[in-house]
Amino acid sequence: MVKKSTERVYLALIFLFLYLPILVLIVLSFNDSKTRVQWGGFTLKWYQKLFSSGPIMEAFFTTLLISLASAVISTLLGMLAALGIDAMKKRNQAIMIGATNIPLLNADIVTGLSMMLLFVRFTQLGLTTVLIAHITFNIPYVILNVLPKLKQSSRTAYEAALDLGATPLYAFFKIIWPQICPGVFSGFLMAMTMSLDDFSITYFTKGAGINTLSTMIYTEMRKGIRPEMYALSTILFLLALVLLLFMNFGPSAHKDKNRN
Amino acid sequence: MKLKKAILCLLAGLALSGVFTGCGSKDSENTLTVLNYGKYLDPEAIEMFEEETGIKIDYEEYVTPENMYTKYRAGAIDYDLICTSDYMIEKLIQEGEVLELNYKNIPLSENIDPAHFAFSQSFDPDNKYTLPYFFGTVGILYNKDMVDESKVNSWNILWDKEYSGQIIMADSVRDSFMVALKILGYSLNTTDEAKLKEAQDLLLKQKPLVYSYLVDEAQDEMISDNAAMAVVYSGEAGYALEFNDKLAFSVPEEGSNMWIDSWFIPKSAKHKENAEKFLDFLCREDISMMNFDYVYYATPNVKTKAALDLELQENTTIFPPAEILNNCEVLKPLDDEVTMKINLLWKEVKAAD
Amino acid sequence: MYNLKRQLLAGPYLLWMAGFILLPVIMILYYAFTTTSGHFTLLNISSIFASIHLKSLFLSLKLALICTGVCLLLSYPLAMILNKMKEKSQGFIVFIFILPMWMNFMLRILAWKLLLSNNGVINTLLEALGLPALDILNTPSAVVFCMVYDFLPFMILPIYNAMARIEDDILEAASDLGAGAVTVFFKIIVPLTMPGVISGITMVFVPALTSFAISDLLGGGKVLLIGNVIEQAFMQEYNWNLGSGLSLVLMIFVIASMALMSAKGEEGGAGVW
Repeated sequence: MVKKSTERVYLALIFLFLYLPILVLIVLSFNDSKTRVQWGGFTLKWYQKLFSSGPIMEAFFTTLLISLASAVISTLLGMLAALGIDAMKKRNQAIMIGATNIPLLNADIVTGLSMMLLFVRFTQLGLTTVLIAHITFNIPYVILNVLPKLKQSSRTAYEAALDLGATPLYAFFKIIWPQICPGVFSGFLMAMTMSLDDFSITYFTKGAGINTLSTMIYTEMRKGIRPEMYALSTILFLLALVLLLFMNFGPSAHKDKNRN
Repeated sequence: MKLKKAILCLLAGLALSGVFTGCGSKDSENTLTVLNYGKYLDPEAIEMFEEETGIKIDYEEYVTPENMYTKYRAGAIDYDLICTSDYMIEKLIQEGEVLELNYKNIPLSENIDPAHFAFSQSFDPDNKYTLPYFFGTVGILYNKDMVDESKVNSWNILWDKEYSGQIIMADSVRDSFMVALKILGYSLNTTDEAKLKEAQDLLLKQKPLVYSYLVDEAQDEMISDNAAMAVVYSGEAGYALEFNDKLAFSVPEEGSNMWIDSWFIPKSAKHKENAEKFLDFLCREDISMMNFDYVYYATPNVKTKAALDLELQENTTIFPPAEILNNCEVLKPLDDEVTMKINLLWKEVKAAD
Repeated sequence: MYNLKRQLLAGPYLLWMAGFILLPVIMILYYAFTTTSGHFTLLNISSIFASIHLKSLFLSLKLALICTGVCLLLSYPLAMILNKMKEKSQGFIVFIFILPMWMNFMLRILAWKLLLSNNGVINTLLEALGLPALDILNTPSAVVFCMVYDFLPFMILPIYNAMARIEDDILEAASDLGAGAVTVFFKIIVPLTMPGVISGITMVFVPALTSFAISDLLGGGKVLLIGNVIEQAFMQEYNWNLGSGLSLVLMIFVIASMALMSAKGEEGGAGVW
C-alpha cells in the first residue's frame, strides 16, 4: 500500500513538473495585467491581438507550409529510397543505413551551419533553402520507419502477382503498399513533428522576412516577452492536444496498436 | 486505412499547392528587403507601406551592430536598406559597401533637422550616404525603490556589491567596454591594448554581480521589477518609464556614448528605388510619429517633435539636453586587428565564472 | 533484373544526400582548414584548446552529462510505474507524458523563463510561503532545468517501450525459479531495457551537448556553451573559419561518443515512437 502511494506521488510530481509551465502560460494568456505575476482580471485581448498580428500569423502559416511540404516530399523520397535500399545487397544496405544515420546523429547546429555555408556559396537564403534543409533532416526518419516494414513484408506475394500478369505498379499498390503504409504514415508524422519543432536548422538557413514560429518566438524573446506569446502557446497546446487525441484514440488508432 | 490514405493525399495536395504558390509570389520584383534593429519600427507602418505602394517588405531584425555586419557580409541575403549605428556605418563606408542616396527621391527628408545632418558628418562627411533615424545616449535605467539615488550619477554603481545579482549589463562589446573605459577615464575609442585590458579586468570583476547580459530584453526585465538597474539606450528608458513609475534614468557624469542610428542603402541593394520610397515614407510626419510612439527614441524629425506634447518634448530622458550630449563621445570604427582583440577580450568576460 | 531496377529507386535519395549532406560537410571541412584568405591552416581546429573554448566545451559536457543523468534517474522509475499500470489507463497516461513534447520547443523555454525569473511565479509562491527566493535564472542550473524539461520525454519513451516489450512469462519464470525482486530487476529488467536506455541517452545527450538556444535565453549571456561559441563565431564575429573548425571538432566528438554508445547496445531508435 505504501509502495502504491509512493508511486502515485512520484507520478504526480513528474506530472506537475511537465505541466506547471504550460499551466502558467495558459493562465497568463487570460491575464489582464501588465506585470507577469499579478492577476488583473480575465481578458481575451491577447487572443485578439494575436489574431490581428500580421507577423505572428504569417509565421504560423509558414511553419505549417514548411512542415507539411517537407514531410510530404521527404516521405516520397524516403519511401522510394527505402524500396531501393531493401533491394540492395546486405553490405550495401549496411552502408546506406549508416549514411542515413549521420544526419540523425549530427548536432542540429552543425547540420544547420553546414547547409548555410553551402547555400551562401551558391544561392540566396529564402523559403526554399529552409524547405530543402527540412527535407534533408526529415528523410532519415521516413527511411527508418519504412525499412522495417519492408523487411517484414512477404516478397513472394509480390512476385506471384507479377507472375500472374500484374504490372509492377499495380502489384506495388495492391501488395506492398498496404504492408508498408503504417510505416510510411508514422514516418510522415514524425517528419512533420520534427519539422514543426525545429529551431536551429531553420535559424541558420532562413532568408530575410521568413520566420517559422520557433525562430519568431526566439527573436521576440530576445526583445522581451509579449503576452500574445502566451495566447499563442495556449492555442498550440490545444492544437497538439486535439491532434494527439485524434491520433491515439481516434477511429484509426487501434490499427496502429498492432504495429509492435 | 482508407481514411489515412485520404488524409495523406489531402495533406500532400495542400502542401504542394502551397509550395508552388509560395514560390511564385516570392519571385515578383516588387519587394524591399529591410534589415533593422529589433523593436525599431512599428510593424503597422510596414503594413501601411505595403498597402499604399504594393511593395512587399521582407523585414529582418538583428541585435547588435556586429550581428548586422555579419548578416550583411555573409552575402546570403541581398538587403536593400539597412539601419544601424554611426561607427558601423562608417566602417561600411570605408569598405566601399554603401551606395549614395538620391535625395531627389526623398523629398520629405527636409523634415529632418539640419543639425543632425551636420552631426552625421562625423561619419558621413558629405551627407551622401545616410539618413538619420533616431539618436540618443547610453545610461543607467534604475528602480528608485531598490537603488540609492545619490549613487546613480556614476557608472561605479554597476560595480557596487550591494546590488549583486540585480545588475543588467549591456550584451554588446562596444557598449560594455564603453562603460568600463569611461570609469577608467579613457576614450571609448581607445585602441591601446593595455587600456583595453584594464577595462576587461574591470568587466571581469563585475561579472559575479551581474544578473544578466541583455540588449533589447533589458527594458522588459526592468519593467517587471526583475532587476535593480540596467545599462540601456536612452529611448528604451523613456519607454520603460511609461510602464513603471518606479523607474528613472541617469546618464553618469563620467560621460557616455552618444549615438545616432541612420538608414543607408548597401551595395547589395536590388531595389534602390523602393528603398528610397520607403525612406521618404519614414520621414512622413504621421509615420515618423507612429515610429516615435513605438520606439520612444529621440527623433531628428522636426515636424514630429513639434507635434509632441510639450511635456514629452522637454523629457530629458528621451531628448538628451545639450549639457549631457556635450559630455558624450561618438563611437568610431576600430580596425580589424583591434576588433579581433576586443572581441576576444569580451568573449573571455562572457566565458568567465 | 527487377532487383537492379528497384535499387534505382534510391537514386533520387542518393543524389539528395550527395548534394545536401555530403557537400555541406565538405564546405565545413573547407572552411575549417583554411584562413580567411584561403590558405591552409590547422589553427581553427587547434583553437579548441584555447582556454575559453575548452572551458565552454567542458561546461557543455558537464551540463549535458548532468541533464542526461537526471533524465535517466527520473525516467527509469517512471517507465516502470507506467508499465505496471492496467492496460486500460496505460495508453492515456503515456499520452499525457508525450503531450508536452508537442508544444513548441521555444514556448517551453519561455515558460521556464517566466517561472524562474527573480520576480517570477516560483519566487512569488516561495515568498508567499515565507521561504527564501530561488535565484537560479541566468545560471547554469536554469539551463540544466530547462534542458531536462525539454528532453525528458525523449528518455521516457524509449525506456518505456523497451520495458513494455519484456514478456511477463520471463519475469514469472524467473521468480518461479527462486529469483528475488532485486535479482529479477538487475538480471532481467535492466539488461532487457538496455537498448531503450541507450537510445534514450543518445537522444538526450546530443541535443543537450550542442544546444545554444536554451543557454542563450535562460543563461542571461552568462552561460557560454560550445554551441554559443560556434553560433557567435558565425553570427557575431564573422569568423566562419573558426566557427567551422569548432563545428568539425564538435561533430567528431558527437559521432565518436555515439559510436561508443551504439557499440554498447543495439540501436533502438526507430522503435521509439
